Amino acid sequence: MPSLLKALQSQVGRKILSSITGIGLIIFLIGHLAGNLTLFGEANAFNAYTFNLESLGWILYIIEFVLVLGFILHAYVGISIWWRRRKNRPEGYEKYESKGGPSHMTWSSKSMIFTGIVLLVFLVIHLDSFKFADTEMTTLNGEQVRDLKALVMEKFQTPLYAFGYTFVMILLGLHLRHGFWSAFTSLTMRHNKLSGIVYTIGVVFAILLAIGFIFIPLYIYFTGGQGALISY
Amino acid sequence: MADTFTIHLKIWRQAGPDQPGKLVDYTLDNVNEHMSFLEMLDVLNEQLVAEGKEPVEFDYDCREGICGSCNLMINGQAHGPKALTCTCQLHMRNYSDGDTIVVEPFRARAFPVIKDLVVDRSALDRIIQAGGYISVKTGSAPEANSIPVDKAVSDKAFDYATCIGCGACVAACPNSSASLFTGAKLAHLNRFPQGEPERRKRTVAMVEQMDAEGFGDCSNFAECEAVCPVGISISAIAEMRRDYMKALVAGEEA
Repeated sequence: MPSLLKALQSQVGRKILSSITGIGLIIFLIGHLAGNLTLFGEANAFNAYTFNLESLGWILYIIEFVLVLGFILHAYVGISIWWRRRKNRPEGYEKYESKGGPSHMTWSSKSMIFTGIVLLVFLVIHLDSFKFADTEMTTLNGEQVRDLKALVMEKFQTPLYAFGYTFVMILLGLHLRHGFWSAFTSLTMRHNKLSGIVYTIGVVFAILLAIGFIFIPLYIYFTGGQGALISY
Repeated sequence: MADTFTIHLKIWRQAGPDQPGKLVDYTLDNVNEHMSFLEMLDVLNEQLVAEGKEPVEFDYDCREGICGSCNLMINGQAHGPKALTCTCQLHMRNYSDGDTIVVEPFRARAFPVIKDLVVDRSALDRIIQAGGYISVKTGSAPEANSIPVDKAVSDKAFDYATCIGCGACVAACPNSSASLFTGAKLAHLNRFPQGEPERRKRTVAMVEQMDAEGFGDCSNFAECEAVCPVGISISAIAEMRRDYMKALVAGEEA
């Protein structure tokens, strides 16, 4: 299908690609947060969840492949938009200001390339620290499983990890504040009456998701991993 | 007679295409609050001519806010600080004594500077030429009511048809995207039964031309809607995307 390939390289096609992958990644983040929150469940809940996830075998590989592809496409489109932006206005303005009103020029929308690149670098560090990290083994229902819960507790008791993670999750919230609305708008879901609602949902969603992710490291750090919400 | 006041200007001066330009300071002591922004520049030019200096080149035609010829970046905002206003309809009463105003041309790779504040916006014309029309049989005028058009459809199409092609959307867009302009033309023509036969072909051709002219991607900043002198909604961009995707599914080539 040459026309499909060609169309995906046009600016409209690239935007659609960016929003579809973006929405996919939003769904992934919701799942990821839900999984993380099992840390606050019963003592073995988190390790049981990660063990079950890893036991999916080839299904997990397919999900991971789609995720990696989604991340790469999303990052590629984002970086190329930024690259073209520089190319398409070789001489910038001495003075530039937003006119306000219906404009969505915010800290969030203007910093998409910055927050995006930080998230990409974070992703590599994050996978190295948790997914591909050496972990102690523990016994769960008579089986040897990775003690990821102990690893999380250990990592988030170091200030660099706890606060670095918190900082990046604030940037994630910023990225989503523009990204959520933008993704739905790019997919042409733009009804004059609904658009404002979608924007508000995006803001609320971004704040809730960021708070969800930030709560975990800060709680562990400030309670020394001995907080009442976490049982052993 | 209103009091006159003083305005400091920093105006982009560039002798010609591909020549280096810079902001030059001017001070105007006899600005009247009833002057339009362009009349203020006329006064400056009279002063420059009297001093034997080269006047500042800037674009204009109707000075009534309907032609889309005037195009200035005023203090970093396309057409200046007022919403729904062309540069020619901006009046000096919006400024006060001693204000400094930076005046720059609309900037984009697709809008090369010709001289001073005048840029070549023919890239927008080429987007229109790619498909921004309806092919009809020429000859005697057709009967006006032979194809009924719903009032609501006609009103909506007119909202998009009000685009005067000034290029403020491109100038204000951080990505130099012409999506609002192209979207407005498509949302206007694709709405009508007369526009229906060429709908897919038109959409693909205009989007491809927009890419070829070197306009950037839309990042949904919506700054274009904020600076548009006729208030075209970014819903036009959503409609363009929808029509483009439909054409893509149908395998339409330009």
